[in-house]
Amino acid sequence: MDLDHDTLVALSKSWGLFYLLAMSAAVMVYALWPSNRKRFTHAKLSILDNDDKPLE
Amino acid sequence: MVSQLTTSERQYALVTLLLLGLGGLAMAAMGRGDPIAVHGYIVLLFAIGLSFVVMAGYYAPEPDKDRLSRYYDDPTRVGIVLSIAWAVVGMFVGVWVAALLAWPDLTFDQAWASFGRLRPVHTSGVIFGFGGNALIATSFHVLQRTTRARLPGQFAPWFVLLGYNLFCVVAASGYLIGVTQSKEYAEPEWYADIWLVLVWVTYFLIYLRTLARRKEPHIYVANWYYMAFILVVAMLHIVNNIAVPISWSSAKSYSVYSGVQDAMVQWWYGHNAVAFFLTAGFLGMMYYYLPKRAGRPIFSYRLSIISFWGITFFYMWAGSHHLHYTALPQWVQTLGMTFSIMLLVPSWASAGNALATLNGAWHKVRDDATLRFMMVAAVFYGLSTFEGSFMAIRPVNSLSHYTDWTVGHVHAGALGWVAMITFGSIYALVPWMWKREAMYSSRLIEVHFWLALSGTIVYVFAMWNSGIIQGLMWRTYNESGSLTYSFIDSLVAMHPYYIARAFGGLLFLLGAIVAAYNVWMTIRQSKLEAAQGKEDADIPLFARDAVQAGE
Repeated sequence: MDLDHDTLVALSKSWGLFYLLAMSAAVMVYALWPSNRKRFTHAKLSILDNDDKPLE
Repeated sequence: MVSQLTTSERQYALVTLLLLGLGGLAMAAMGRGDPIAVHGYIVLLFAIGLSFVVMAGYYAPEPDKDRLSRYYDDPTRVGIVLSIAWAVVGMFVGVWVAALLAWPDLTFDQAWASFGRLRPVHTSGVIFGFGGNALIATSFHVLQRTTRARLPGQFAPWFVLLGYNLFCVVAASGYLIGVTQSKEYAEPEWYADIWLVLVWVTYFLIYLRTLARRKEPHIYVANWYYMAFILVVAMLHIVNNIAVPISWSSAKSYSVYSGVQDAMVQWWYGHNAVAFFLTAGFLGMMYYYLPKRAGRPIFSYRLSIISFWGITFFYMWAGSHHLHYTALPQWVQTLGMTFSIMLLVPSWASAGNALATLNGAWHKVRDDATLRFMMVAAVFYGLSTFEGSFMAIRPVNSLSHYTDWTVGHVHAGALGWVAMITFGSIYALVPWMWKREAMYSSRLIEVHFWLALSGTIVYVFAMWNSGIIQGLMWRTYNESGSLTYSFIDSLVAMHPYYIARAFGGLLFLLGAIVAAYNVWMTIRQSKLEAAQGKEDADIPLFARDAVQAGE
C-alpha cells in the first residue's frame, strides 16, 4: 500500500470533514422532516401500551 | 425450560453441544501442559453439563402452539439471574483488588492472587459478566415489546446467552492462570475471541430477523442503540483481536499490529467499547425502561434520534485521546480531543432528554426507588460525559493521565451510570418477567439505592482527591529543577484514599448482594404461588399505577 502519512492527513482533513457534515445534515433533515412527526409520536406513545402480547 | 423447545430445537442443542464438547476435548488433548488444555476441560465440562440438562428434558412433550401468541422470555429470565450473579462476583473481586492496593501483602504469595491477574477478573466480571448479560437479557425483552413480534426461534437466543457466558468463564479463568493478550478490556486469547465472534454474529442475526418480523412500522429508538451496540462491538472485537497464535495447541498469540499502530487500534477499540458497550446499549435500556416506569413518553423523540447519530458519528474518532503525549502523530491526538469535546452535545442531549421526561413525575421519583435509580443514572451519565470531555483536553490530560483521576472517572460512569441504570431496569423487569405486581421488598430496593449512591460518591471523591494529589506531586519541581517528591512519596500519600475507595466499593457490593437477595426472593415467591396454582396468565406491568400519555 502506498498510502503515505501525508495522503492520509489530506484525506481526513478534506473528505473526513465533508462526509461528517453531510451525514449530520441528513440526520437533521430526517429527524425534523414534518411528515415524520406522526410516526415518531406513534413510536414514543406505543411503548406505554400495557398489552403484553405480540400482534398477530 | 427445555420443555419449551421443540424437538428439532432440542436436537440442534444436542448437536451444538456435541461439537462444542469435541472442540473442548481437542483443546484439552492437543494442549498438554499448555494453559489451553485447562480451557479445553472447562469447555468440555460446560458442554457435558448442559447436555445433561437438555437430555433430562428431551422426552418432555412438545410445547403447545399457544406459545407463539406470547413473547419468548425464558432467556431473559436466565440472563437476569446470570447478570446478578456476575455482579456479585465481579464486584467482590473489585473490592478485593481495591484492598490489594491498600494492603499489598494480601496476595498470600500466590501468583493467581496478584493484582495483575485479579484486576481483569474484576473488569471483565462487571463489564462483560454483569453488564453484558444485562444487555442481552434486556435487549431480547425490549426488542420483542417494541416490535410487537416474538423472537424468531428458541434455540438461537440460548446459544447467544449461554455461549456468551462460556466466553466470560473462559476469560475470567484464563486471567487467573496467566492467559492474557495484555490488551485492556480485550484480554482473552484467540480461541475465546473466535468463539465470541460466532456468538455475536448470531446475536445480530436474531436482532435482524426479529426486526424483519416487526408489527410496528417504526423501529423504536431503543433498538437503534441496541443494534449499534451489537454491530459496533462486533467490528471492534474483530479488528482489535486479529492475531496469530504461535500454534493450534497453544494459548499464546501475537497481535498483527505493533508499535504505535497497535496502541491506536487498541484505544480505538477501548474507547469505543466504552461508547458502544457501556453507553449505547445502556442508553437503549434507558430509552425503554425509564419512560415505561415513569409512565410518560420520552420528552423529545426527535432529540433522541439526533443524539443517537451524534454519538455514533463522534465516538468513533475519540479514542486517540487515550494517547496524548505519545508517539501518535499530534494531529491524530488533536482529532481525538476535538471529537471528545463535541461529544458533550449528544451526551447531554440524551441525559437532558431523560431528565426532561421525568418532569411532571418527580413525585414518582421521590416515592419509587426503582425510578430513582434511573434518574440518578441519567445524572451520572451527564456528569461523567462532561468529565470525560474535559479530561480529553490535552493540558488537562497531562495532569490526569496515569493517575487515579482516570479510575475515578471510569467508576463515576460504571457505578453511577451503567450499574444504576441496570439495577433500575432489573427492578422494573423482574416483577414483569416473574408475573408479580412488585419486587419482594420495596424497602430493600430503597436500602440498595442508598448503599449504591453513597458507595459511588465515596469512591469517586476518594479517587478525585488521590488522582489530583498524584498528578500534582509528579509535576512539582524544587528550586534546583528536579522533582520534589519520589514516586514512593506519592504512593504513601495515596494510602488513606485507597482505604476509602475500598470502603466505597464495599458499600456498592453490599448493595448488589441486597439486590441479589431481593431478586431471589421475588422469584421464590412467584414459584411458590405457581405451585399453589394461583398463577395468572398475564399480569401487565405497572397496571396498578399506569399513567397514560397526555393525562
